[in-house]
Amino acid sequence: MGRTIKLREQWILALVAFVGIGVVPALNAWVPADSLFHISDFRINLWGKYVCYAVLALGVNLLWGYTGLLSLGQCLFFSLGGYALGMHLMLKIGRLGQYKADIPDFMVFLEFDKRYPATGGLPPHWVPFHYIGVALIAVVVVPAVVAYLFGWLAFRSRIKGVYFSILSQALTYASMLMFFRNDFTFGGNNGLTDFKFLLGFDLNQPATKRGLFIASMLLLLSVYLVCRWLTGTKFGLVQRAIRDGENRVLFSGYATADFKLFVFVLAAVIAGLGGALFVPQVGIINPSEMAPDKSLEAVVWCAVGGRGSLVGPILGAICVNALKSYATRAFAEQWLYILGGLFIVVVLFMPRGLVGLPDQIKAIWRTRLASRRVTPSDEPSVMPSKAATRTDE
Amino acid sequence: MAHLILKLEGVNKAFDGYKAITDLNFYLDEGELRVIIGPNGAGKSTMMDIITGRTRPDSGIVEYGRDTDLTRLNEYQINRLGIGRKFQTPSVYSEHTVFENLWLSLEGPRGVWATLFSRLRAEQRERIEAVLATVGLQGKGDWKAGALSHGQKQWLEIGMLLAQNPKVLLVDEPAAGMTDEETAKTGELLVSLAGRHSVVVIEHDMVFVRQIARKVTVLHQGHVLCEGSVDDVQNNEKVIEVYLGRKKRGEHT
Repeated sequence: MGRTIKLREQWILALVAFVGIGVVPALNAWVPADSLFHISDFRINLWGKYVCYAVLALGVNLLWGYTGLLSLGQCLFFSLGGYALGMHLMLKIGRLGQYKADIPDFMVFLEFDKRYPATGGLPPHWVPFHYIGVALIAVVVVPAVVAYLFGWLAFRSRIKGVYFSILSQALTYASMLMFFRNDFTFGGNNGLTDFKFLLGFDLNQPATKRGLFIASMLLLLSVYLVCRWLTGTKFGLVQRAIRDGENRVLFSGYATADFKLFVFVLAAVIAGLGGALFVPQVGIINPSEMAPDKSLEAVVWCAVGGRGSLVGPILGAICVNALKSYATRAFAEQWLYILGGLFIVVVLFMPRGLVGLPDQIKAIWRTRLASRRVTPSDEPSVMPSKAATRTDE
Repeated sequence: MAHLILKLEGVNKAFDGYKAITDLNFYLDEGELRVIIGPNGAGKSTMMDIITGRTRPDSGIVEYGRDTDLTRLNEYQINRLGIGRKFQTPSVYSEHTVFENLWLSLEGPRGVWATLFSRLRAEQRERIEAVLATVGLQGKGDWKAGALSHGQKQWLEIGMLLAQNPKVLLVDEPAAGMTDEETAKTGELLVSLAGRHSVVVIEHDMVFVRQIARKVTVLHQGHVLCEGSVDDVQNNEKVIEVYLGRKKRGEHT
């Protein structure tokens, strides 16, 4: 039984990998633009973003669906990863910016040369980001460290449930306010933008966009496999036990805070990686990515797709964002109402999300069939007793 | 001859001025089966909370074995020393299978890294099967724990304690919500555990107490009212007074 499901999953994975890494980029690269099967550069870029969001959703799900920790601040880590790579991209613009200066435009505009004369206007912590290696390490380490510190404090103090959610939201909100400040050295409300090159490739070239899409797909598949492995270990059992009865776990000798901290840091790293690939594809990162409603959206993706399953969040992230792309063009004003309505419908009527829908329909179908079958067999047993009471009267 | 395994001396605990435990002395021998009874609010559960590290006493000594001070340790550290606890309401992991419930409880390393890379070994599987048989759940290993009946959940939780192989089992109202037959079986199980483990049972049901008890401790207003055999306790005037309620509550100190 278990083995056949595993085999089916392997096939689906292979298929997704083949389509995502092979077919889609090929249709973009080699099929003529007027063909029905052509995938435009715009579309592949858009899908690349969805895939990054799906990575973020996997992290949210690891926390919420599997450990019962509803973090409403995961976009903070997504943004931190994005900023870390964005800093490198800023430095790679070189003299191609508006001011033709050695330092990024906003630093010229904000007269950083007076604040940091020794480095020609570049804040000291920016200097190492000339190296892509440093930026890539920061993509992982910065979200991990922030998550570790916050998580350590929160879990040690046994902050749980809704209080944890509120605190995580406060964290991302406070960070947003901090990043909005010009003197925080990350570009203030404009953030980091106008990127030109990544690893020497021109970001405006279709081939680069294709490459980023493939990289996003590879990231999604790897993160999926990591989550798949983790949830299958004894650690995964402990995780879900914490979700369902933390006290029992604690009184069984497990330091639950350590387990929660591990998952929280892992989810932050996953979010950071997603953010790092997101930024070169959208071409901008600014503090509004840290706004609490962004993190809430990520939670909605999970709920819509089906939390507590691995495929659900991916499905949710892609479907909701596809809907968003369409809806914000068709009826821009009403989008938030649509999103809110969707969330309510899912919570009330589809507790297991899109992934659980087939089972739900099957269950309804089965009860229908069963009730139809039961009625005729019930009748004979009821009839004689009724008849009996009548004769008695 | 028997060694002391648990010692509470002069323990006090107040919540917002309400004295839940006052000058409590309690001694438990290795291998002993002890039943604690007492009216609601007598401090039975608070006492368990103090032993298991959920609540810190305001004053007093709480020692395990020769000289391990339990007041400085937290829940999981105390559990790792060998003190297992069963809660009043059955708390099993309802989404896990019965087998997984026991695997999580099985004695062994409890760290993050250990659980990431640990695999179920053959002797662990045998041990789990043995526990399943002990608590009468053989053949139900693949069931979701949530699908068990109330009594079976109680047994599973006792099984989870056994899997930890603790030196001391603290069992809070194991027979609550059970049928008479289930209650009797639970009693047999607990009696069979004594000797290899020290067992402390909190219970209300006097029929059940009579079935299992050798020595009974009566708690009243956070204090030990008396200790002795079931007959001694039931004939004790102070106990009769407390249980039959001559409206003298609050006058005791």
